[in-house]
Amino acid sequence: MTAFGKLFRTTAFKLSFAYLVVFTLFAFATLGYVAWSAQKLLTDQFVSAIETEINSLAGIYRNGGLRRLVNAVERRSRTPGASLYLVTTGLGERVVGNVGALPPGVIDRVGQFETLYNRTDETDARPSVALVRVYQLPGDFRLLVGRDIEERIRLRDVIHRAFGYSLLFIGVLGCLGSWFIARRVLKRVDDMTDITRDIMAGDLDGRLKIAGTGDELDRLAQNLNDMLDRIGELMRGMREVSDNIAHDLKTPLTRLRNKADEALRTAKSPDELKAALEATIEESDNLIRIFNALLMIARLEAGNAREGLADFDAAEAVRDVAELYDALAEEAGVSLDVSVENDLPIHGNRELLGQAMANLLDNALKYGAAPDGSNPTITVSAKRIDGEVQIVVADRGPGIPEAERHHVLERFVRLESARSRPGFGLGLSLAAAVARLHEGRLILEDNAPGLRVVLVLPLKEMPVPQAALPSAA
Amino acid sequence: MRILIIEDDKEAATYLVKAFRETGHLADHAADGLDGYAMAEAGDYDVLVVDRMLPKLDGLSLIRALREQKVETPVLILSALGQVDDRVKGLRAGGDDYLPKPYAFSELLARVEVLSRRRASTPSSEPTVYRIADLELDRLSHRVTRSGQEIVLQPREFRLLEYLMKNANQVVTRTMLLEHVWDYHFDPQTNVIDVHVSRLRSKIDKGFDKPLIHTIRGAGYMVRVGSAEEGEE
Repeated sequence: MTAFGKLFRTTAFKLSFAYLVVFTLFAFATLGYVAWSAQKLLTDQFVSAIETEINSLAGIYRNGGLRRLVNAVERRSRTPGASLYLVTTGLGERVVGNVGALPPGVIDRVGQFETLYNRTDETDARPSVALVRVYQLPGDFRLLVGRDIEERIRLRDVIHRAFGYSLLFIGVLGCLGSWFIARRVLKRVDDMTDITRDIMAGDLDGRLKIAGTGDELDRLAQNLNDMLDRIGELMRGMREVSDNIAHDLKTPLTRLRNKADEALRTAKSPDELKAALEATIEESDNLIRIFNALLMIARLEAGNAREGLADFDAAEAVRDVAELYDALAEEAGVSLDVSVENDLPIHGNRELLGQAMANLLDNALKYGAAPDGSNPTITVSAKRIDGEVQIVVADRGPGIPEAERHHVLERFVRLESARSRPGFGLGLSLAAAVARLHEGRLILEDNAPGLRVVLVLPLKEMPVPQAALPSAA
Repeated sequence: MRILIIEDDKEAATYLVKAFRETGHLADHAADGLDGYAMAEAGDYDVLVVDRMLPKLDGLSLIRALREQKVETPVLILSALGQVDDRVKGLRAGGDDYLPKPYAFSELLARVEVLSRRRASTPSSEPTVYRIADLELDRLSHRVTRSGQEIVLQPREFRLLEYLMKNANQVVTRTMLLEHVWDYHFDPQTNVIDVHVSRLRSKIDKGFDKPLIHTIRGAGYMVRVGSAEEGEE
C-alpha cells in the first residue's frame, strides 16, 4: 500500500474531508444569502424610486399637460446621477428624455422589466442594463422611468469572485490541514504499531512513547503501557509462583520421600513402619493444603469467582469466625477482644470472607504474641466507615517492618522470624486476593506495637422499606 | 455398604475401589458417565461417588438424569474444581455432598459413611432425642444430660454435640464439623476444631470413667461407647 493509499484510509483524512465538504456548503449558503438579500435590497430601492418618480411625473402631466411634463423631464435629466426618462408618443416616437437607443418594442411593453439602453449623452458606449417601468399616460403617451442597474451587476460579480476565492481558500486550507493531521496521527499510530509488534515478538520491556500532549493517542498509549505493566506483573508473578511452587513443593516432597526411604531401610518393627507411614501421610496432607490454597488464590485472581457472589451480613460472618477462633485463643492464653457493629451488609462471598478472616486470626494467634509475653490481646472489630466496612484484626506482636509489608502479601513470602513456625506463607496472599475479589483492599498497619490488618470492603446499602421499619424492632 | 465409583482416572478408581474394599465395603467402578448412569440406575447402591468431569456424560448431567428417573441414591461429587460456587452448582444438580480433589481417603470414607446412613433415615424419622450410653441430648428442649445430670452447653457446643451424636458410631472429620456446625467449607489450617471438641469433651466426659467422644487418628472424631482403639483404621 502506498503512503497515499494509507493516507486516504485514515480516519483523520476522512474526517477532514467531511469537514471540508460541510464548510464549503456552509460558505456557499452564507455568501449566497448575502448576495441574494443585497440584490433584493437594491432592487427594492430601485423599484420604489421608479414608482415615486412615475407617480410624480404622472401627476405633473395630469395637472399641467405635456408641456409641463417635458419641462420636468428635461430638468430632472440634467441633475447628476439622474434616473432614465423617456416620453414617447403612442407610436413610440421619442418626445423627450435622456434615453437614446432602446431595443425595439421595449416602449410598447407596459410594466416593469429589465432592458438594455444607451444614454443620449454617451453615444459611443456599449449598451448598459437598466430596470425600467413603462407607464401609459392618458392621451396615448408613454412614460418610461428607469434606473441603471450596472451597479447591481457589479456587486453580483464581486460576490461571485468572493465565492471563487473563498472556495479555493477553503479547499487549499482543508487539504493542507487534513494532510497535516493525517500525517501526524498516522505517524504516531504507525510508531505504536511498530512498538507493539516488537513487544509481541518478545520485547516485553518495550513501552509506547508518550508525546505529553494529553490527547487521545497519549491516553491510549498510557493505557497500553499500563496494560503492559500489568501483564508484566502477572508474568513475573507467574514465574515467581512457579519457582516458589517448585521450591516449596520440592521441600516437603523430598522430605516425604526421604522419610519413606528411611523407614524402608531402618525400621525394625511394624510399629516403627506405621509411625513412619503416618508421618508421610501428614506430609502429604500439608501438600494438599498448599495446593488447595494456591488453587484458590489462582481462581480468585482469575476473577471467575465473581459469579458466586451474594448479599450477606459481614458482621455475622466476622462474629462467627471470631467465635470459631475464640476457643483456640483461650487455649493459647490470648484474649480475643471482639467488637462488631450490627448490620454490615456487603455483596460478596461469605465463605471466602470467612476464610480470609480465619487466615488473619490464624496469623494473629501464631505471630501476635508480644515478645515479652505480656498482654497478649487480639482485637477484632468491624464497623462502617464512609460507605465501607472496615474489618480490623490487630495483635500486640512484633508486627511487620514497613519495608516488608507490601512483600508479605505475595505468595510464599514469609518473614525470616516466621521460618521456624508452621505455615506456608499463603494466608495473607489469600486474604488480599479475597479483598480484591470484593473490590476492597487489605492494608497492613503498625499497631504500635503489633500488626494491624485492615480489610476494607465496600458496603452494600440495602433499601429499607419504610413500612417495615416500625415492626423491625 | 455398596458403593459405585464413577471416575475416569483409572489409577484413582483402582485406589478407591481397593481402599473401600479394605475398609469392608463393596465397591464397583464405572469408567465413563454413560456406564455409570446405567449401573447406578440398575444396581442397588448405597452411595455413588461421582467425578465431575467424565467422558460421554459429565457428572452433573449424570446426577440430574438419575434424579429425573427418581433414583435417589445419595451422591458424593468429587471435583478438581474446588471453588465455592462449584460446590453450590454440584449440590443444586442433586448431589448430596461435595469433596474437592485432592482429598484424603479418610475424609472421603467418613463422608460416604454418613451419606449411606442418611439414606436409611429420612429427616422426619430423626428422633428428637439422641442417646448414647448415659448421654442424652434433647433436640427440642436443647437439654443435655449425662447420667441424669444436666450439662450446660453453649449454643455452638450444643450443635457440635448434636452433629456428633446424630452420626454416632461414625467417623466425623474436622471439615465435616466445620461445614455442619459453623457452615463454613474452608480448611481451617490450625486445630481450631480440636479445641472446640476438647472443650466439649471436658464438659461431657470429665468425671465419667467411660469417655464417649473419641479421637480417631488421621481422620476425625467419633461418638461411641467403647474404646478409641477399635475406631482406628
